[in-house]
Amino acid sequence: MTTMKSDEDKVVKLRVEDLTLIFGKRKKEALEMLEKGASKAEILQKTKCTVGISKANFEVYEGEVFVVMGLSGSGKSTLIRCLNRLNEPTAGKVFFKDEDITRKGNRELLNIRRFEMSMVFQTFGLLPHKTILENAAFGLELRGEPKEEREKKALAALETVGLKGYEEHYPSAMSGGMQQRVGLARALANDTEVLLMDEAFSALDPLIKSDMQDELLQIQEKVQKTIVFITHDLDEAIKLGDRIMIMKDGIIEQIGSAEEILTHPASEYVEAFVEKVDRKTIITAESLMFPKPSLLRVKKDGPMRAIRKMQTEGVKFLPVVEDERRTFLGYVWLNDVLELAEKKEMSLEKALKTEVPSVYSDYTVEEMLPLISGNNYPLAVVDKQGGRLLGLVTQTSLIIEATRYGDEEVKQLIKKANKTNRL
Amino acid sequence: MSRIIDLGKYIEIGINALEENFSFLWRAIDDGISWTVDNLSELLLSIPFVVFLLIVVLLAYYAKAGKMMFKKEGLKKGGGLVAFVVIGLFLIYAMGYWEDAMCTTTLVLVAAFIALVLGIPIGILAAKNRTADIIIRPILDFMQTMPAFVYLIPAIFFFSVGDTPGVVATVIFSLPPAVRLTSLGIRSVPNDVVEAGRAFGATEKQILYKIELPLAMPTILTGVNQVILLALSMVVIASMVGARGLGSVVYQGIQQNDIAKGFESGLGIVILAIILDRITQSFANKKG
Repeated sequence: MTTMKSDEDKVVKLRVEDLTLIFGKRKKEALEMLEKGASKAEILQKTKCTVGISKANFEVYEGEVFVVMGLSGSGKSTLIRCLNRLNEPTAGKVFFKDEDITRKGNRELLNIRRFEMSMVFQTFGLLPHKTILENAAFGLELRGEPKEEREKKALAALETVGLKGYEEHYPSAMSGGMQQRVGLARALANDTEVLLMDEAFSALDPLIKSDMQDELLQIQEKVQKTIVFITHDLDEAIKLGDRIMIMKDGIIEQIGSAEEILTHPASEYVEAFVEKVDRKTIITAESLMFPKPSLLRVKKDGPMRAIRKMQTEGVKFLPVVEDERRTFLGYVWLNDVLELAEKKEMSLEKALKTEVPSVYSDYTVEEMLPLISGNNYPLAVVDKQGGRLLGLVTQTSLIIEATRYGDEEVKQLIKKANKTNRL
Repeated sequence: MSRIIDLGKYIEIGINALEENFSFLWRAIDDGISWTVDNLSELLLSIPFVVFLLIVVLLAYYAKAGKMMFKKEGLKKGGGLVAFVVIGLFLIYAMGYWEDAMCTTTLVLVAAFIALVLGIPIGILAAKNRTADIIIRPILDFMQTMPAFVYLIPAIFFFSVGDTPGVVATVIFSLPPAVRLTSLGIRSVPNDVVEAGRAFGATEKQILYKIELPLAMPTILTGVNQVILLALSMVVIASMVGARGLGSVVYQGIQQNDIAKGFESGLGIVILAIILDRITQSFANKKG
């Protein structure tokens, strides 16, 4: 799992520790019960309190899109509101740049909301009596910035979201998608490090939603904000999220990249959830490939060695790499190598078939499928920088991924496939 | 039937005590209201009829036509009201009730102004604070259902006869819609807009002035309209305690059984009511 490895050099922007939020009057009692390990239902029965979030722990890294996903009632919207304390946590801590937000006084909290975090809402939350420009500048107005300055910033933000020329319109005259662009512009105009997006695109039509997602990703590439994005839509989570956190009933079920969640679901709930996802677009070469395959070095390994290696491995072909850098060059087939051996050739070069496709480790199944048609060898996965051979993706595993059998069946089919491959 | 509780007696004792102990306050209120009413009516009367008519016509036209003032559509929208204003005010003038009409207008404006100054903040309080709402609500019910004549008794008691008790009774009678509609307006501001404000670091004051009040404005203006109309409907009753104006002419008409007088002055009140209603309503609608 490569993302875990690189976690260490990432800067933690938000850290949530044992965050708990309880709705109701007898919070203390409920909290004590929760500490003792009582279930949500027991707590509700005894104290009439609802546990909104139960001991959430997670970190959000600088510059990532962190998606919190769950169905309605999972506590995701409650959770995001704890980050800027629109909801007051019952217990636990929220660290922003290593300072505990839950301990901040009113004034400090206002400043955090004004300068450090901005928010985009599902229902847009625009002011109907203000123009688009005034709406985009509203956050700056609350900060007390002079009119000229805030309008300049708001204009730039409106341009970023593609709403140039609409400054003097009113929100009521605009479509949902455009209104949400204004909502996004308002958040961007404040130029905060953290962007909280609460089901920002959930109220939009599917097509517009998809457009907005693309646009958000483009904007994110430019502005590199730390984004916490709430959604109930797994496809959206996968499309936008660098990492995804799945919540159920106020409890975190799993945190990981889309691929980690799809390939290693942590619970039955997550498994059931991800079942409906179109895996073709998510599963990448990296998780499908057989790493460190046996290979031949083009100069050092001659035909005789190649034949021996193929025989011991039980295969009819092998990938060939450049000697030092292990750059992938192509394949050699047993028949061709045998011919070379007969001719007493010392180098493999003449048998080398170089016109074979190779892929990078982040290629998805969907992208790889067209490459295998008509060929009978696996796809070589190579390093983006040096073209170094990382592994091989067999056709069988690709097709299984694409057709999606059940888990058990897949395992058996892969076993079978590996056997036949080695013949 | 014998009485067990003499509630009225206690109220009387209470009001007596109020009158005696706070006489300076009543005098100050009396002075303030009399001074305002006298000066304002004098000011209104100092304006020549034609000029006054022109001002009202412009106001009515602007209220109806707004930004389309100088276009054809504006004429379509505002033409009717302008015609009504011209004919109506001229009729009042021609019937010889101009002075009374100005006096009534003054009383209505002063009473409505006081009612709004008191009512809007109380409405804001009721919208924001549950306890305040629980206390204010039954008081408003009481004020609205108590027959308006009843207010005249303590009003005379505190302020003797004249314009002031009339204004005070009118204020009490017309206050409730200002409170209720302000409160309603603020309560019906969409929660997401308020939350958005909060998320961007708005203080409570900023939320009130930059979000809630502007969004509640159409409803509050409807309240203003209601206050003015209720105030106008009180002029006849207020004239019983000595308030001047068209109301007192109607009252005289009743006492003298003078049909002509009663009808003319009654018509004058109706004309004023329609003009005030249409103008304030247009402002309320335009904001919405």
